[in-house]
Amino acid sequence: MATAETSRLDGLRSRGAALGGAVSPVVLLLIAGAIGLLIGCLRSDVFAQLTVQGLAIGSVYGSLALALVLVYRATHVINFAQGELAMLTTYIAWQLIQWGLSYWEAFAATLVIAFVLGTVLQVTLLRPVQHRSVIAAVIVTVGLFILIDGVVSWIWGSELKFMPPPFARTNYDVGGVSIARLYPGIFVVVLISVLLVWALFRFTKLGLGMRAAALRPQAAAFAGVRVDRMLAIGWGLAAVLGAVAGLMAEPSQFFLDPTLMQPILVYAFAAAVLGGLESPAGAVVGGLIIGVSLNLLIQYVPAISSTLQTPVAFAVLIIVLLIKPSGLFGHRTVRRV
Amino acid sequence: MTALLELEDVEARYGPVHVLHGISLAVEEGSIVAVLGPNGAGKTTTLRAISGTVRRSGGIRFAGRSLGRLGPDGVARLGVAHVPEGRGTFSELTVWENLKLGAYTRRGSIQPELERVFSYFPWLSERRRQQAGTLSGGEQQMLALARAFVLRPRLLLLDEPSLGLAPVLVAELFRIVRELNEREGLTVLVVEQNAQLALQAAQTGYVLEAGRVALSGTSEELRSDDSVRRSYLGY
Amino acid sequence: MRRQIPALTSLLVVAGVLVSLPFILSDYNISLAAQVGIFFIGVLGLNILTGYTGQISIGHGAFMCIGGYTTAVMSRDHHTSLVVTMLMAFAICFVVGLLVGLPALRFSGVYLALVTFAFAVSVPLLPLQWSTFLGGSGGVQSAKTVSHLWLYGVTWAASAVLFVLAWLILRGRMGRAFRAVRDSELAAVASGIELPVYKTVAFGISAAYAGVAGSLFVLATNGFAQPSEFGVFLSLQLLVGAAIAGLGSLWGILVGAAFVGLLPAVSGSVPVVGSAHGRDVVFGAAVILVMLLLPDGFAGLVARLRRLGEA
Repeated sequence: MATAETSRLDGLRSRGAALGGAVSPVVLLLIAGAIGLLIGCLRSDVFAQLTVQGLAIGSVYGSLALALVLVYRATHVINFAQGELAMLTTYIAWQLIQWGLSYWEAFAATLVIAFVLGTVLQVTLLRPVQHRSVIAAVIVTVGLFILIDGVVSWIWGSELKFMPPPFARTNYDVGGVSIARLYPGIFVVVLISVLLVWALFRFTKLGLGMRAAALRPQAAAFAGVRVDRMLAIGWGLAAVLGAVAGLMAEPSQFFLDPTLMQPILVYAFAAAVLGGLESPAGAVVGGLIIGVSLNLLIQYVPAISSTLQTPVAFAVLIIVLLIKPSGLFGHRTVRRV
Repeated sequence: MTALLELEDVEARYGPVHVLHGISLAVEEGSIVAVLGPNGAGKTTTLRAISGTVRRSGGIRFAGRSLGRLGPDGVARLGVAHVPEGRGTFSELTVWENLKLGAYTRRGSIQPELERVFSYFPWLSERRRQQAGTLSGGEQQMLALARAFVLRPRLLLLDEPSLGLAPVLVAELFRIVRELNEREGLTVLVVEQNAQLALQAAQTGYVLEAGRVALSGTSEELRSDDSVRRSYLGY
Repeated sequence: MRRQIPALTSLLVVAGVLVSLPFILSDYNISLAAQVGIFFIGVLGLNILTGYTGQISIGHGAFMCIGGYTTAVMSRDHHTSLVVTMLMAFAICFVVGLLVGLPALRFSGVYLALVTFAFAVSVPLLPLQWSTFLGGSGGVQSAKTVSHLWLYGVTWAASAVLFVLAWLILRGRMGRAFRAVRDSELAAVASGIELPVYKTVAFGISAAYAGVAGSLFVLATNGFAQPSEFGVFLSLQLLVGAAIAGLGSLWGILVGAAFVGLLPAVSGSVPVVGSAHGRDVVFGAAVILVMLLLPDGFAGLVARLRRLGEA
């Protein structure tokens, strides 16, 4: 076909434009930032330690942000209970350890429980309101937020709980800089979980069905995809990512209490919006950026104390919405009204 | 012989708005059937009633089974492929992923289906890694058709395939549809504004007006009908 | 169209009951009735936002915080009359509301919810940062405290004024614009309505209402403004009240306000779950149940009953 030839050129051209136009400045910026961090790490031990710590905590934010993005992409609903759900599953892990499981046994069991919990909640509470309006669904997740909060403090009380450390309490020695094993440990665990979820979406038939259901539900149904089931599984996967975030947030905070995930939820919001709210990769990168920059800001900018961390995340949200509402990686523009 | 698809007194509504007021039609196995009619006559809604994306009542039987309670995914699983108006491709996915999605309900290897599809659409094979959104409108429509065909459907529902396409491409598209019908025995129910083309391809046709079947018959009968000629063929 | 103005009789009944309550209730119960009034103002404000822009705020507790601190600080530093501080709270929250709503309201969907939630978590932290001016975690004590009866009277007087104000706003040009925005944003744009302006103003007004509620909230806690009183939970409570209330009905708002205002006081007697946690469990379960069973809140129920009565 003659037309196919020309349109292929068009296709290639527009693809090239997409690569050259939208992505590269962001990528350049990120590379510049990474080089800056590297130089800082080489020049100062404290800077290096803070960066590693920031990356670890940032990966936790990124994991929760990714959970939010998965749900948002599929239904345009922000799950306000995502953080509390993560907190609940962390309590479940604590309970399992109390009952005699080892840390990593409890970890694995918790992920399974989180998946079941996520799908069941979607089917029972979200599905009935989903078709009505996004706002109704959001209000249900807010109700879930309060409910989980109440249930957790009812069952486990609100005093602090302590879990055994997941990683040996030793330090690595990297070129003379002492780094607590905890932080690379957190980073690697979160990274592996995120990569597994990514691979599931990218390489499996189930993942293809889920992507299709999120992109165009009706067209997916025409191909025989059970869209409702995909949404439920999506909630399950989001709950698993949240559970990883909760389990890795606990050791970085060194204790467990019902408010564990509340500030982290705000950082995850900021990370998700920074990344573009519809972009899974953006959510993870956004989490890392927020984690590292907050950690460095607190140390090096005298006016910003640790109390101001959350307000700074709020400021990031507002600034991103004012300057680049589609975020760093949002290729589609946000629907304006 | 009973028809592959039978609609009997089907009604459908969007909220309070009644769109179909009792449509009855039959599609024989191995045939191409065209549905014609002005805008708003309920052509698209008829297809949506079959595939279960609109609330409907009345009898819809496909291969002897009632479709009344099935949703779109269930209907697809029975072997009805619906190519909606405005292309059913996923522009964010690659050509390859779009085709794989077509075979979503099938188990085991889909290699034979893919090879068969590539024999009709050879250019798809070399461009499998390309994002569907970067294809031209005509190519996307072809991809939508190819994707529906990977499902190995017994019945293909085609909604306004010519919409927004250049005449050359429309002719090409209908040529392939006819080829699929003749060589693969694919049954097709096509909704089309371009009555000329549709009646050339189809053996029988139905003309809808205001949610009812106003006229039906073989393509020859319809083509020679004065009112059809004046309203839809324009001569 | 849904009835925006409750029949005069309903208004008279409510007013009559409110006037007679002080003669019937004990002092403690009067304080509870004042509490309900405070939430009435807050839920009324949210009703303006949601009902007339179709978006929700999960951060109106933050505006209550700002309003409450306005009253406490002005009273502490300048011995300003409490009623004047309420007007200040109204004005300040209106302006802050405009600023917060401006970026988020330009986008559809849940951006406003996201931003307001982050706002709700952030604002109560500010007193900890600027502790010399805002008193740190210890809070700020106003120069004057008020009796329960004073609070009851002023709260419900303010409620009445703000209710009438809401009615006037929604009846006029702006109300038509708001409703147009809610029903179809595209159509509203097409008919020349300056969407961002109207939506932002609606958000500012609802924030100002929350500010007044915050002033009264501080007076209800003996003039003591403390960060811990204004946590995220307060914002969620307001949203629960609004969800229960539904849209555009005096009775709905009364029921929603009574629910969130009275539940903490009675949650001690919630069976099985017990005191403090009972409150959260009941709040959470209530909002989910209302959304599942009464999609239009109590207002929807009232409308349905009325239709039944007429039929």
